[in-house]
Amino acid sequence: MIDSRTLATILFVAFISVTLVLVFRAGRSNKKSASDFYDGGASFSGFQNGLAIAGDYMSAASFLGIAGMIALFGYDGFLYSIGFLVAWLVALLLVAEPLRNSGRFTMGDVLSFRMRQRPVRSASAASTVVVSIFYLLAQMVGAGSLVTLLLGIDPTDTNAKNVIILVVGVLMIVYVTVGGMKGTTYVQIIKAFLLMIGATLLTVMVLAKFGFNISELLGHAKDASGSASFLEPGGKYGKVIYSDEAHTVVDQFKTLMSKLDLISLGMALVLGTAGLPHILIRFYTVPTAKAARTSVNWAIGNIGFFYLMTIALGFGAAALVGSAKISEADKGGNLAAPLLAQELGGGAGTTGGAVMLAVIGAIAFATILAVVAGLTLASSSSFAHDFYANVIKKGNVDPKKEVRVAKIAAVLIGLVAIALAIGAQGLNVAFLVAIAFAIAASANLPTVLYSLFWKKFNTRGAVWAIYGGLIAAIVLLIFSGNVSGTETSFIKCLPDAVSCVKFNYFPLNNPGIISIPFGFFMGWLGTVTSNERNTAKYAELEVRSLTGAAIGKAVQH
Amino acid sequence: MSSSEDEKVWVETQASPEFQALRKKFRNFAFPVTAAFLGWYFLYVLLTAFARDWVSQEVAPNINIAIVLGVLQFVSTFVIMWLYERHSSRTLDPASDALRDKVNARLAK
Repeated sequence: MIDSRTLATILFVAFISVTLVLVFRAGRSNKKSASDFYDGGASFSGFQNGLAIAGDYMSAASFLGIAGMIALFGYDGFLYSIGFLVAWLVALLLVAEPLRNSGRFTMGDVLSFRMRQRPVRSASAASTVVVSIFYLLAQMVGAGSLVTLLLGIDPTDTNAKNVIILVVGVLMIVYVTVGGMKGTTYVQIIKAFLLMIGATLLTVMVLAKFGFNISELLGHAKDASGSASFLEPGGKYGKVIYSDEAHTVVDQFKTLMSKLDLISLGMALVLGTAGLPHILIRFYTVPTAKAARTSVNWAIGNIGFFYLMTIALGFGAAALVGSAKISEADKGGNLAAPLLAQELGGGAGTTGGAVMLAVIGAIAFATILAVVAGLTLASSSSFAHDFYANVIKKGNVDPKKEVRVAKIAAVLIGLVAIALAIGAQGLNVAFLVAIAFAIAASANLPTVLYSLFWKKFNTRGAVWAIYGGLIAAIVLLIFSGNVSGTETSFIKCLPDAVSCVKFNYFPLNNPGIISIPFGFFMGWLGTVTSNERNTAKYAELEVRSLTGAAIGKAVQH
Repeated sequence: MSSSEDEKVWVETQASPEFQALRKKFRNFAFPVTAAFLGWYFLYVLLTAFARDWVSQEVAPNINIAIVLGVLQFVSTFVIMWLYERHSSRTLDPASDALRDKVNARLAK
């Protein structure tokens, strides 16, 4: 009988070897210019980039987190799928093409287009790094628990998880520093293929178990969950909270807060995507706006199909594996999909189960690696191009030197992410990603939209919008139950504890409902209180963004 | 060509009727459609938060309104994508390509 550990290890090593070969080959062909590192020479086709976007976007949160959330809490996990998909329309209609037309390498290129360079680029680099690190954390936490399951390591063995996190961290640093954007893109394309194939296989197998009858599948999931309301919204978000033990008196305030939290999450999901730096820079890897649009269309097709499949994966795991086993393997539910694969293959201890577990586990691992590489690339390019080249060196820098700084930044960011991820184990990865989305939607989206579409927008508006949204989101997070006061907080407060350190004054878990409007408000306030106008530069930005004239050429400041 | 002459090209192009027409065609599609799909999405989120009893009604065995609404969000996303692609390739692309060539020719002088 094949041991799933051996097989999983073989598949991991195979994936890593193939991608490393591609990345090193991409690295050898690079060397020519900074553009190779930042945007892969802007030479990918719309179809290739569409796959790469899908590979960059469908993170551990999508595959592991959402399936886990549906499996444990029922309907509410599906909300993530919907928000994550609809969000792409913001990117398609408002951001992708204008961004491709008016920027070169980073989000900061477009934000600082008609502004004073140093303040806006500093702010842009800061929010890029913060958003990317939150997102990175989520992926690495997922990797830790995933690999422990596959290799049969005791889930409570944190040392083993730490080693895995370290391996993932080192690999992503290698992908980015050696392969740059081109190498990272190859990794993402391969991953997108593997993920679509794996998810489709699982979906077909789940549906086959229930005679391709969705109603049958949902019914079994409901029965297995033991909760009559499993298929209804409210299993996790917007819960009715009672103020007494007997569940007769509804606590109106807490219930309302819980419902507002759901709306806050919904806002962060739908408005975050078009502010994610690692997604935005993918639009630069194609030569024209039309290709950027085609990329988004392909991405939406793939991502939409994938998220529809999360229904089958999540409810399938609930019906066939059961929530007890899923939460035993990982508190956050992140292992639902791999456990489902094992069950579909014949269950634990069978050859089929071992093969399926190893295959799906390896795909999930590939998923994580592709996403962390994209995130590391986005944050290190922003650090080098926005902060180092344009803030510290004021634009006078040798491109080779700039790329070297980007590579050093990639190493540093990778190390920070490794250290933080070791402290964040046990949190649900979809939730961690939702936090990254909230920050992106609060700090980046207002600035991106105002920059592209509002004539009066100016330096102070941009700086206030970015820092305002960023600080509001982070301060609210610190004073929320995520950080202190509950059993699942960073600083845990167990029910039997006599006293806890707690400062969870903000009643919601997701800050979006306050911090997103605040980001927009600060952008407006900063703009109207400053006299700076940049009408001529806005003429250039507007004409470039809609026509693609002078595409890829630097702006004269 | 100096940057002040470049600036003239941008400002004049922006003021030109062709560009204003393109801008209008872009905004008249993108802005209302964005408002519409965001409204439709938040309606869905609000219903799942505040109209639990209604969305929990089953329209078929084990298929409730919440699931149907969720799947409809997917459908509307695909439809909007298709409509925008059609609008772009029929209306926006030809106008923007023509303007791009004109501007690039002037900048190259």
